Amino acid sequence: MSFWFIQSLNSLALGGVLFTLAAGFSLIFGLMRIANLSHGAYFMFGAYIGLNVLDRGHGFTLAVLAAGLGVGLLGAIVERVVLRRLAGNSLSQVLATLGVAFVIADSSLWFWGGDPRPVSPPELLSGGVQMFGLTFPLYRLAVLVFSALIAIGLWLLLDKTRLGVMIRASVDDRQMAQGIGVPASRLFTIVFCLGTALAGIGGVIAAPILSVYPGLDADMLPLALVVVILGGLGSLAGAFVGSFVIGFIYSFGQVLFPDLAYIILFLPMVVILAVRPRGLFGRIDA
Amino acid sequence: MKAALYAALLGALLSLPWWCGGVYYINLASQILIAAMFAMSLNLLVGYAGLTSLGHAGYLGLSAYASGWLMVNLGWGHFAAAAAALCGATVMAALFGLIALRATGISFLMITLALGQILWGIAYRWTSVTGGDNGISGLTRPSPFGLDLGNADTFYFFTLTVFLLVWRLVAIWVRSPFGASIRGTKDQPRRMSTLGYNVWLVRWITFVVSGFLGAVAGLMYVYYHQFISPHSLSLANSAEMLLMVIAGGAGTLSGPVVGAALVVLLKNVASVYIDRWVMLLGFVFIFIVMFVPGGIVAGVGRLLRSRSLGRALSGEPAAATGAERAGKAP
Amino acid sequence: MSAIVEVSGLCKSFGGLQITRSVDLSVQQGERHLLIGPNGAGKTTLFNLIAGDLAPSSGSITLMGHKVTHLSTAARAQLGLARTFQIVTLFGRDNLLHNVKLALLGKSRLRWRQWGAFDHEQALSRRALEVLGSVGLSEKAYLPLEQTSYGEKRRLEIAMALAQNPRVLLLDEPLAGLSSEERETITALLGTINKDITILMIEHDMEIALAFADRITLLHDGAVILAGTRREVVDDPRTREIYLGH
Repeated sequence: MSFWFIQSLNSLALGGVLFTLAAGFSLIFGLMRIANLSHGAYFMFGAYIGLNVLDRGHGFTLAVLAAGLGVGLLGAIVERVVLRRLAGNSLSQVLATLGVAFVIADSSLWFWGGDPRPVSPPELLSGGVQMFGLTFPLYRLAVLVFSALIAIGLWLLLDKTRLGVMIRASVDDRQMAQGIGVPASRLFTIVFCLGTALAGIGGVIAAPILSVYPGLDADMLPLALVVVILGGLGSLAGAFVGSFVIGFIYSFGQVLFPDLAYIILFLPMVVILAVRPRGLFGRIDA
Repeated sequence: MKAALYAALLGALLSLPWWCGGVYYINLASQILIAAMFAMSLNLLVGYAGLTSLGHAGYLGLSAYASGWLMVNLGWGHFAAAAAALCGATVMAALFGLIALRATGISFLMITLALGQILWGIAYRWTSVTGGDNGISGLTRPSPFGLDLGNADTFYFFTLTVFLLVWRLVAIWVRSPFGASIRGTKDQPRRMSTLGYNVWLVRWITFVVSGFLGAVAGLMYVYYHQFISPHSLSLANSAEMLLMVIAGGAGTLSGPVVGAALVVLLKNVASVYIDRWVMLLGFVFIFIVMFVPGGIVAGVGRLLRSRSLGRALSGEPAAATGAERAGKAP
Repeated sequence: MSAIVEVSGLCKSFGGLQITRSVDLSVQQGERHLLIGPNGAGKTTLFNLIAGDLAPSSGSITLMGHKVTHLSTAARAQLGLARTFQIVTLFGRDNLLHNVKLALLGKSRLRWRQWGAFDHEQALSRRALEVLGSVGLSEKAYLPLEQTSYGEKRRLEIAMALAQNPRVLLLDEPLAGLSSEERETITALLGTINKDITILMIEHDMEIALAFADRITLLHDGAVILAGTRREVVDDPRTREIYLGH
């Protein structure tokens, strides 16, 4: 019985992490039609930045901030220097992000070495919480809460702010939006920045759960893709629902059917792409 | 001019063991040829059919694991195991093609990525069959006609023979009427339908042939390394293959070979001098995607065709106009 | 005599929008049939439905006696249908000869052959040169497409359609964007097309189109407003109304 509860919390925490990862990807794809194959790399880079901050004895909050800013800045540079030059050529942009993934991954290896680095949760959030006679790891609860806050924040951004309105309009109908004066290129940079920053933040948050190691990027990217395809490209609600569905499938799958875990994860993605390319909530065909 | 170049290259390849400087380099050449075969097989999809796949390493895995497993667990001989592996991989390619070709563009990319991940996941998790992370080791090289392929020179010539055969077959195939139809479906699929071509079928056949040749390369791979592990099927590996094709020049015969040489040499030779060869590869790739989309082959071709260079080489005064320098688009 | 193109009750909707409303169309063999209507009337959509690029929501299409409503574009092409597009869709990386050769190849069993250099197919090349000659482009056969003018590209499109040896030819605005000189050339070319081939054409240049047409169908808002001989349609007051406003 306790197994189910604990695993459920783990699933929710993982879902939360996946949401920060997938939300960024979905935003970038929805607005710019770029399948950002370096998204996992930004996640990992953010984790490493956070690790760096923690190593120097600073707090977790600073680590999260540093990761968000650092990765966001990196994303802005990539968008302006590389992706903008390839505007209009989707395939080239995707290929370029592939190259960027290689560069970022190797940079991480260079700066921080090849040893896997486990990360302890911040003291305030370590330890357990007693509920229903069970002890739940406090950190995982915190991750869940944090990602929910991010989800709310994103929703507010998209729904209530002018920036959000512009983003949504451009996702729905890019040409129309440009026609009414939405500044496309500035918007692209902002969204790419935001998307990658979210990935970076996700990396730090996830570090106490997944730890940080070379290859984390290649492990996370396919998960982001599965979530986004399931939930529907360009839909934040879809990314939200999809993240938790996948969180559950992955967590329980790992434990109950370790041999088939990957198949369980990717087969639905294949089926959806083949049968209903819009996913659960999507507005754009993949 | 082109014929002379190819003749010279062939001569160099045939005489390689005598000039390249040792077993290490002979083995490197074998690795390049094997990588080139992978890249050529992927190029059929990416460069000729216009379908970018990120799951091609899956065919490497299918044939390598299949032949390895059959030999180790059922005691099959090399030939029988190879035949079975090729059959199995081709059937899987046929099946995957049915699924993946329901989409195009980015969706196709993602389906192939997902299918590749499924295969990787099976190799990684189905420990009882695949050995999990440890893979299957202790595999042996075949002895065709009694030759000892344990010898680097002999293995090299064996690989070269297979490579030249694959090269020739691919060259014939892409130049055939069917090959012309493949290229047509890349440029103008809608027009091709209107002209009476069954675009789906053309693509599916290309998909299957591409998988088959990838499986052939997979056999060569496992014979060379005598070992197979899940890493060989990873997304990173599929991405590397795609890099080879694009960097060398998609849609050309020699492009994938050049790209394969680039990546293998960077990985093995440059890595001795430059620690960060992966980063270098990444930057080179980004550069090519941004400024030389036709790949190295196209870039070199343009350079050679540019009047000013041609004049410089022959000693004439340079006076090329902008139009002349523009040349033909890749 | 039964019609070579028979469209019956054809409807097409996208989402909630009805693009084609219960269209009936009947074209006799050898006829030159003109499809007119203001922009947005659904003419190109109708072409796409007849050609097989779109599946109808309801209704039926019969071509050359065969029920083709659910047949693919390629299958309809094999039956003898050819078309040109409103926007030039040619093989930009190749020369004119190669473009025509591909068109010829599409109807030939040769297209499944996996060996033998396509570039050296002498019979096909000769035939392609003939086709190019019939549209006055044989001297440009070996030029890359990017070195030809827009008018020449339009001529090439028609050449490719003719290369398919069609029984029914769908021409989508063959004169669009052409200079008056080029229009003359193409109009003359269209006049030389064999009477065996049935032509269904969308065109906005009224002067030329009307001179060309035997029968006309007027489309508006996705529905057939009227159909008849050239005289009948031109004289009908509804035609003026639709084109010049109420």
